[in-house]
Formats: sequence, C-alpha cells, structure tokens
Amino acid sequence: MNYQIAEQRVFNPGHAACPGCHVALAMRFVLNTLGPDTIAVVPPSCIAIIAGPQPLSSMRIPVYQTTLEASAASAAGIKRALVAKGNHHTNVVAIAGDGGTYDIGFQALSSAAERNEDIIYVCLDNEGYMNTGSQKSSATPSRAYTTSTPSGKPTPKKNVAEIMAAHNIPYMATATTGYPDDLARKVARARDMKGGLRFIVVLTPCLDGWGIADDDGPKTSRLAVESGIFPLYEVENGNRYTLNHGPEGAPLAGYLARQQRYGHLSPADVEFLQAEVDRNWERLQAKFGSATGAAIKGG
Amino acid sequence: MSAQRMLLSGNHAVSHAVRLARPSVIPVYPITPQTPILEQITEFLAKGEMAAEVMTMESEHSAMAAAITASLTGARVFTATASQGLLLMHEMLHWAAGARAPIVMANVNRTVGSPWGFWPDQTDSLAQRDVGWIQYYCENGQESHDTVLQAFRVAEQVLLPAMVIHEAFYVSHAMEAIRLVSQDQVDRYLPPFNPPHRLDPERPESIGNTVLQGMFQRHRRDMGQAMDGVLEIAARADRELAQLTGRGYGVVERYRCEGADFVIATMGSMAGTAREAVDELRREGASVGLLKVKLFRPFPVQGIRDALSGVPKVMVLDRNFAPGTGGVLFQELKAALYGARRAPEVHGYLAGVGGTSISPAAIKAMVDCALAEEPSACSVWKG
Repeated sequence: MNYQIAEQRVFNPGHAACPGCHVALAMRFVLNTLGPDTIAVVPPSCIAIIAGPQPLSSMRIPVYQTTLEASAASAAGIKRALVAKGNHHTNVVAIAGDGGTYDIGFQALSSAAERNEDIIYVCLDNEGYMNTGSQKSSATPSRAYTTSTPSGKPTPKKNVAEIMAAHNIPYMATATTGYPDDLARKVARARDMKGGLRFIVVLTPCLDGWGIADDDGPKTSRLAVESGIFPLYEVENGNRYTLNHGPEGAPLAGYLARQQRYGHLSPADVEFLQAEVDRNWERLQAKFGSATGAAIKGG
Repeated sequence: MSAQRMLLSGNHAVSHAVRLARPSVIPVYPITPQTPILEQITEFLAKGEMAAEVMTMESEHSAMAAAITASLTGARVFTATASQGLLLMHEMLHWAAGARAPIVMANVNRTVGSPWGFWPDQTDSLAQRDVGWIQYYCENGQESHDTVLQAFRVAEQVLLPAMVIHEAFYVSHAMEAIRLVSQDQVDRYLPPFNPPHRLDPERPESIGNTVLQGMFQRHRRDMGQAMDGVLEIAARADRELAQLTGRGYGVVERYRCEGADFVIATMGSMAGTAREAVDELRREGASVGLLKVKLFRPFPVQGIRDALSGVPKVMVLDRNFAPGTGGVLFQELKAALYGARRAPEVHGYLAGVGGTSISPAAIKAMVDCALAEEPSACSVWKG
C-alpha cells in the first residue's frame, strides 16, 4: 500500500533542525498533509526551534507558541473561538514533544480528549527531553540512558497510545518516520475525520539523544516497528483496532545495538527488554481480534 | 429600556454584566467562592439568554491557556477564579499580558493556603500585581457589575487583560439591590471586539516565537506604554458609563476629603466600612476623609499624590499580608508619595487579614491610635 504524500509547502526548508532530524521530517509530512487552512500550536520543544525565531517562520500558517503544559488547552481555545466566529473548516493542530505530552501536558490533553475537543494532537515522540540535552521523560523506554538516568531508566515507557485510546476518542494512531506514507495517510485521515480529538503519536528517532549515526534514523525507525517495540496501528472510538505494521521477527537486539543510549546493556538486560516487548505485543495483539493475528493492514 | 433593578449577590451581579457584554468564549473551572459566577452564566446559556462557547476545563491553568488563545483568535473572552485557582494560573497570567490578550476575569479574593481557609483577604490578587494585568478592586456588587463592563472597554482598547476583583462573602455572596445596565446601553458602550492581530490562516502571523534581547525589551516597553495609557482610558471609560447609568467611581475616589487632616486609604469592601467610620467621625467633628483606591494596576500615582499632598496623616488599611514587607497598599502608597511635596505621615495597619471582621468602631479606634502615635516604617497588626 502506498499513500501519495501531498507536499503543499506549508513546512519549508531552511529551518534550524539538526541534519537528519526526524522531528523535522515528521513536521514536513504532518504540516504538508494538513495544508494551509491550519493553525498550529507548539509548546517548548525542538518543534518550537524548528518553527523558527521571530520574525522568521518555517511554517506558512499561523503558529502560536504556548507554555509546555498547555498545548491541548491552547489548541482547544483557538478551535472554540473559530467556531464561535462561524469558521468550522480550519484545522487546529497541536504538535508537541513527548515531555509536553506524556508528562507535563498530559492533564490538559486528557481533559481535551474527555471533552472531545475538535482538534488534532500530534506527539513527536523522541523518548526524552532532547531539546534540553536528553533527560528522561515518561516516554523514555526501560534501561535507556539519559543524562538524568545515567544508569539506565528503571521503569518502562508509559503507554500513551493505549491511554489515549481509552478516552474513547474518534481516532488514535501510532506512526513513525520510517513509514512516511503510513504517517501521512494517518494525518490525512485525522484531518478528514472532523468533530473530535484525533491523536497521533509519532516515534521520531533523535540522532543525538539516541546516539545513532546521521544517516541511520530511517533504519532505526523501521527496526522499531519490525522488532515489535513500536507497532503501527489505529484505534477508532476506543474499540476498533487496526494493525498497519506489526513485528516481523527482527530481534530487538539489532534495534538496541545501533543506539548508544543502550550501549551499557548486558545480555541479561537485552533479554529482559525482549521479554518486555514480547509481553506488550501479546497484550496488544489480543485487541486486534483472535482471527486477525498480526497481518491486518489499514486502508 | 429603563434600568432593571434586581436583588443579587455580588457574584451574580458579575454574571449579569458578563451576559450583557456578550463574550463568545468562556472557559470555566469551579472554585469557592467564585463558583456562583460561572453557574449563573451556564444557567443563562441553558435558557438561551446568552450564546457562547463554554469550555469546562480540568484546571484554572488550562482555563487561562484556552482563554488566551480564544482571545488571540478574535473572541471576547471572560473567565472567573479565586485564591488557589488564581495562583495556579500565575504562569498564564504573565502569558496573557505578554500575548496582549484582553481577557476580562473576575477574581473573588479568598485566603491562600496553607492552611485552608475560605475568607476574604486580598493577598491572592495582590500577589499578581506584577503580571501585567489591569486590576480593579470593587467595594460592592453594584460596583462589580459596572466595573466588568468598564474592564472590557478598557482592556480591548489597550490590549491588556483586566481583573475585576471583589472579596469573598462580604461582596461575593451578600445580596444587594443591583441596577443592571440595559442591553441597549451596553451595546452602545462596548463595540464588537475586533483586534488588529489574530490567529487567522487568511493572514498567517505567528505569536509567541522566540525573540532576541532587543525585541524582548521593545515588547516590554510597549506593554508598559499600554499600561500607562490605562489611567486616562479607565477614567474616561468610567465617565462614559456614568453618562449612561448615572454611576461613576473614578480610578480613585476621594470621600469627604475636603479640608481633611486625616485620610483613611483602603481598597475593596473595607472602603464601605471605612465610609461609615468617616461619616461618624465627621458627625463628631473630626476632619477625616477616605481615599478608595479602585484601580490598583496601573497604580494611580498622580491621583494619590493629588489626594494626599498636604494632608498631615494617612492611615492605610490592608486586608492582605506579604510576610517580610507587610501590607501591599501601604508599601505602594508610600512609594507613590516618596518625594512628593507636602507628603503626609503614613501609618500602615494590617486589618482584617484572614477575613477577620473589622467594624466601623474598630476603624475609629485605629484612627485614634494613629493620631496618638508616630508612624512605624513597617505595617502594624491591628485586628
């Protein structure tokens, strides 16, 4: 299945991202798919840096930069004001990092989901506070090194996808930059499915924070899916699960070995993490229905 | 339509003013003793007497975050809070002013924990004096009703947010006969909100991006200039509403100050009590007046100098407390008078902190005390 990615040049070159940055790559697919009739909300993050300093902007749409914990509330305020003025067509999207989503912004996000605000919320998840130099967030996986967990993170990554799906919102999807057509298709789906909160969490490898080679982001992203640590799926209304790309038997060790943040792992650690991935996949797989297994592809 | 007269609590007097001002987005979060404001508003909406997007947020922080963006998208926005809620908003209060979002918010003064209390005390809003909001302190429900309308008019002219403040229970829940401004009068007084900059895909402009030092400083100077302009604009807005309703307050009010050799200075409901004490003292032959500070931000320095220059003694009553410096009005008033010609002696008394009841008799006793004492450089606890 190939989805044709629209390139409407809402997001433009010349921005301040690191070479090879997957947050910038994700922004390109997200913003160009949403199109020019969009207002974006961005909290402090690499996204804010990439959006640009005043008076420059990499985005040819209005961008409102808000505080770290307020993205969902800020986006909802814009949408309600547009509706009050009779504008029902403009997309309002919050694009936030994992710290701004899983941690400090979660209260506002959960409430916006509960109120089913008519906004799109995209979390660009690079599994830590990378903009401040790689500190642990609740999106950081088990055992990963960050500067605030120098011995490796003792607890697992928060499962934000399932938590958001449990709000029974119209649409929840996971995506990653190594599957750009899948990512863009999901953004288009979210865009066209108006009337409630649509949430997409996008795994975006951070070259510096994860300790990977400049050209290794796409491969790392694909291995996250193929190893099963980050399956790509969609959930409609909290109960209709569709698997797009599941594990393809790639051992987790291969995914871990290319990232310096896992450089300290012992074979026992790798085994521990593999068991965690297997367990999570088993639990998720059950949600796709007994007859469907791992082979369903989203349309 | 002639002015309607209703028996209303101070909070409901605010709600009626909000209905008349026709805001189109109202993010809300409940907190005692503010809740009746939002309950009355949602009741108006349920009955079809108002049309607005109401957002039932999960916190005051999110309520203010949504209020800011709704305002920046071009909607007239109202919200209300109190005490802990106002403090939780603190970050977004700065943000609202910096983003130049002319939100109007009612704050019901209530003690700040720990420990828990529900009592009238102005420390919550006075602790927000540096956030860039216009602040109005109201003596009673009628003044709160009228001031909400003034606040919208002033805020939207200068593009700064405004807080309309009255105290817990003494004003928020006390019932009074309130004369409502008519819808026709309000529609003439408040033109539709039409800001020069807004979030609009037809005219893409970004708000809040990182700026360099020079631009940041220019931005703050612009805010300062807008705030300085409020003194004149607020005085005009007060006069213009008075022309419609017959009720004006001034940004400061001088009550029976003619020939006074002693002036009591205070804010909010304490002004009502002090007014009675002044009347009694005048009857007894004492030359005592009252200076009520209604507009606290921007601080009406010249109005205060004009009112107090040449008066031998001034007694400031503060129903608020800043540990380490004392009463906030006392500090600010002394700063305003420093260097003024014929500046008075200023006595600072902490009175009613924590919501304790202060009677006219207690104020008269404080006047006697101030007349007999040399002023202290620091606030003195009185009751």
